[in-house]
Amino acid sequence: MLAYIARRIVYVIPIVISVALVCFLLVHITPGDPLVAVLPADASQELAAQLRAAYGFDRPLPVQFGLWLLRALHGDLGNSIATGRPVLAEVMRAVGNTVTLAIAAAVIGFTMGILLGLIAGYFRETWIDKLATSFAIAGVSVPHYWLGMVLVIVFSVELNWLPAVGAGPNGSNSWGWDWAHLRYLVLPAITTSVIPMGIVTRTVRALTGDILSQDFVEALRAKGLHERGVFRHVIKNAAPTALAVMGLQLGYMLGGSILIETVFSWPGSGFLLNSAIFQRDLPLLQGTILVLALFFVFLNLLVDIAQAAIDPRIKRG
Amino acid sequence: MLIKTTARAALIAALALATAAAWPRAASAESVLRIGMTAADIPRTLGQPDQGFEGNRFTGVTMYDALTGWDLSSADKPSVVIPGLATEWKVDESDKTRWTFKLRPGVTFHDGTPFNADAVVWNVDKVLKQDAPQFDPSQVGVTASRMPTLASARKIDDMTVELTTREPDSFLPINLTNLFMASPAKWQHFYDKAEGADAKAKSQAAWAAFAKDAAGTGPWKMASFTPRERLELVKNADYWDKARVPKIDKMVLLPMPEANARTAALLSGQVDWIEAPAPDALPELKQRGFKLYANEQPHVWPWQFSRVEGSPWNDIRVRKAANLCIDREGLRDGLLAGLMVPATGTFEPGHPWRGKPTFEIKYDKPAAQKLMQEAGFGPNKKLTVKIQTSASGSGQMQPLPMNEYLQQALAECYFDVQLDVIEWNTLFTNWRRGAKDPSANGANAINVTYAAMDPFFALVRFLQSGMAPPVSNNWGFINDPKFDELVKKARQTFDPAARDAALAELHAASVDDAAFLYVAHDVGPRAMSPKVTGVIQPKSWFIDFSPITMVP
Repeated sequence: MLAYIARRIVYVIPIVISVALVCFLLVHITPGDPLVAVLPADASQELAAQLRAAYGFDRPLPVQFGLWLLRALHGDLGNSIATGRPVLAEVMRAVGNTVTLAIAAAVIGFTMGILLGLIAGYFRETWIDKLATSFAIAGVSVPHYWLGMVLVIVFSVELNWLPAVGAGPNGSNSWGWDWAHLRYLVLPAITTSVIPMGIVTRTVRALTGDILSQDFVEALRAKGLHERGVFRHVIKNAAPTALAVMGLQLGYMLGGSILIETVFSWPGSGFLLNSAIFQRDLPLLQGTILVLALFFVFLNLLVDIAQAAIDPRIKRG
Repeated sequence: MLIKTTARAALIAALALATAAAWPRAASAESVLRIGMTAADIPRTLGQPDQGFEGNRFTGVTMYDALTGWDLSSADKPSVVIPGLATEWKVDESDKTRWTFKLRPGVTFHDGTPFNADAVVWNVDKVLKQDAPQFDPSQVGVTASRMPTLASARKIDDMTVELTTREPDSFLPINLTNLFMASPAKWQHFYDKAEGADAKAKSQAAWAAFAKDAAGTGPWKMASFTPRERLELVKNADYWDKARVPKIDKMVLLPMPEANARTAALLSGQVDWIEAPAPDALPELKQRGFKLYANEQPHVWPWQFSRVEGSPWNDIRVRKAANLCIDREGLRDGLLAGLMVPATGTFEPGHPWRGKPTFEIKYDKPAAQKLMQEAGFGPNKKLTVKIQTSASGSGQMQPLPMNEYLQQALAECYFDVQLDVIEWNTLFTNWRRGAKDPSANGANAINVTYAAMDPFFALVRFLQSGMAPPVSNNWGFINDPKFDELVKKARQTFDPAARDAALAELHAASVDDAAFLYVAHDVGPRAMSPKVTGVIQPKSWFIDFSPITMVP
């Protein structure tokens, strides 16, 4: 197992470097001036050159990349051009908010997804299955920003039960797990949860149906194992695949959703990415993409290890 | 009877106690104004805000003052420059590059330190003097370009300062509205505490700390700041201008870049005031009793013509025809739901820089068609013009639908308009590169909105031949000796009234020349709860939050 983990970690290194290179190049090859956030279009050439030199944009790209990577390895992703604040602090704060949202959405989405998937799988081809499946299809099909707006109109504007935007009450400078903060989380978390809920439902339904139709289940039942025992076997067999799907979904959620976070003005990584793109704040854009990509890679690594721990066949493969 | 009397006395006493207990609470209830901004982040708080004039509106003129300011007290008259931290100023008669500013006595920064000539010099140096410890490149871009001729500052005495410009420039007092005065003592305090490998790193750390705990001299003081979430400002009860001491206790600024989110936040009572509500929500907002404010802003939504060799716009008949072919009232009342003012130039009647143009910009299709026919075009021989624009962008209003409206309107005057739609930041970069650059992609007009607060931004950078790329924004390479002469005259006229007259002459000449296709002025729409009273929306990008009150 340790050798497997070590091998997987070694595989991650070139991925991380490639990710860093791609995200660095992507934001540099797009048209437009990297200093657009601080340099008005009517600025003099002298001023533009002065600021370009101050931010190091006058150096050759390979040098810029080398310096950026070196600093990044030391935990310094530079300062945002627009705000002057350290990129790492900006990103970590935003990621913290996104993680909060992702955890809440995962709890709702995965719980509902597993439940609906198991029910649909057990009652395949019945009206219960059709109802659960319709729910899952709606979850993955409905545009989630639209759903967010509908929820806001109903629960914020009309009923005035929950706040429409923001991540906490006035005067609060950090997140807390009390109702004053949680009420800000409800609508964005439900909106974020619908896609993973739909995907997990469909996956678990397919897995459950497939496992239930296999011979070993019949054998277990023939041996007189009660249904609860059979269920345990179904869960154990479905878990690795379901876990992989949930890991990926969690990765997507941790990446943040630009649309959902913008609709709810939720100050997460998607919201940050949105403003970095619109302000063409290159250090912030690069830093955000890098941190999110690393999150994704790290999460995949964890899922792989967890899968191997649950199913020994994976290690051998 | 005794029991009855005792019971009554007890009841009265209880009521009195209850009232007494409740009264101080009611009297001390904090009034809070919550505002949903269009910005995605709180504009920078360290003195020179980012995010254009929305930044100046919320974290500039609130927490800070400049040597000169804007008169924001009237909704009817155009906002003009008035004394701020300087009470008076004059240019040296023998050397027109030297200005003397008398400073306002008795002004203190929020940290209690006095405002004086040293503070002015320190604040000029923060953006102009590269070897000054407080020099901050991140504040240079949003400052230096707004006062392009300012060269240096020198203390004469505690209450007098001398500013010098690179060339004689009568626009300096107007430009100085953009240089906000931050507290040098507070910055120094952070600098002394900062850790860093060198002076530059310490300086950066000091500015970062200052941004979280800023001190200016403005009517609002920073109370708490959560980046990208909220900025809380409290009233500065000791503000030097007693007439502008805020009437409400606290103002909370919340970034909400999405129009529907802002509108929902207002409708649900989460905020009291939103900038730029979603246009299709206006009827509902009105129906639910929310108040809507809008007023003409110093802002122009134009097509800027290319005047390079071979451009179809080199024929003044074509330029005038385009200006006469647009039904601006139709655009206002239809597509924009009333949220624009038809443009008949950069400045409208009533503005001191309007002048008396002889070419009247209005909707006159027959006259436009006649001009086009004189220029050799007609129903069977249309003139193809290509316009570079964006699908969105700061101040661009609704660029695509508005350009499609123009496309249809101009088709009736024998124009075949082709749109080249590119991303906003790229368009903004191309604006600087000019019509001759390959990035223009063959376009012979560009659609970038512009602020018309000061003469340089409104006129000079577009009309003076020396402002052609790469120097500044004369994108179309206008090269007219008449404009150059009038720019020089305006810059070198130092009596404010005579300077305004010279600017009016320049503006009238530009309208007579149909230098741009003038289409619209933005109106800075905002919606607010009926609880918010005392709002005066001036003809400005800014607004004074001091007279605003909140009805409980």
